[in-house]
Amino acid sequence: MIAYLFIFLGLVFIFFGTLGIIRFPDIYTRLQTSSKCDAAGAVALLVGLILKQGLDSFSLRILIILVFLVLTNPVASHAIARSAAIRGIKPWRKKKNVKGG
Amino acid sequence: MTAATIIITVLGVTASLALYRVIFGPTSWDRLIAVNLISSKVIMIMVAAAVFFERRIYLDVALVYAIIGFVSIIAISKFLEGEGTNKK
Repeated sequence: MIAYLFIFLGLVFIFFGTLGIIRFPDIYTRLQTSSKCDAAGAVALLVGLILKQGLDSFSLRILIILVFLVLTNPVASHAIARSAAIRGIKPWRKKKNVKGG
Repeated sequence: MTAATIIITVLGVTASLALYRVIFGPTSWDRLIAVNLISSKVIMIMVAAAVFFERRIYLDVALVYAIIGFVSIIAISKFLEGEGTNKK
């Protein structure tokens, strides 16, 4: 039961992260939701699958994949953001409204 | 409607939605972000299929796919960073 709760939490994070990828206006904001989707969604889903499987060599391999994803996803996100910043992509700003605001 | 069907369907549908950003992304980095997201979702689909269908070999495939995806993302972002610098 707790395993399915974790899996449901991961699916919710993944769905809203993908919604942010489609709806957000800029590279950096999209990168932020993508990073949340990778970190929170993948960790919750894989922890749920480990709890469903039980403790054996099968779930140890899932734990190795989980540790690898946790180590590498922030590095990949940082590399993408750094290359966009070096190439001179400006962050998105809200357009000033003429009538005060 | 089992749990495996629901999980794999949701992951596949959200990966297809992220494909929109690959096709219509304004810059190359948007496409790179969406490809990174799709790669991580394919890894999750593989692990879910390995657990629910009792196939042990899918976990090895998922680990190798994670390593190749990480190296390719780093290489492509380094390539985009240095693009055109010899013109200065």
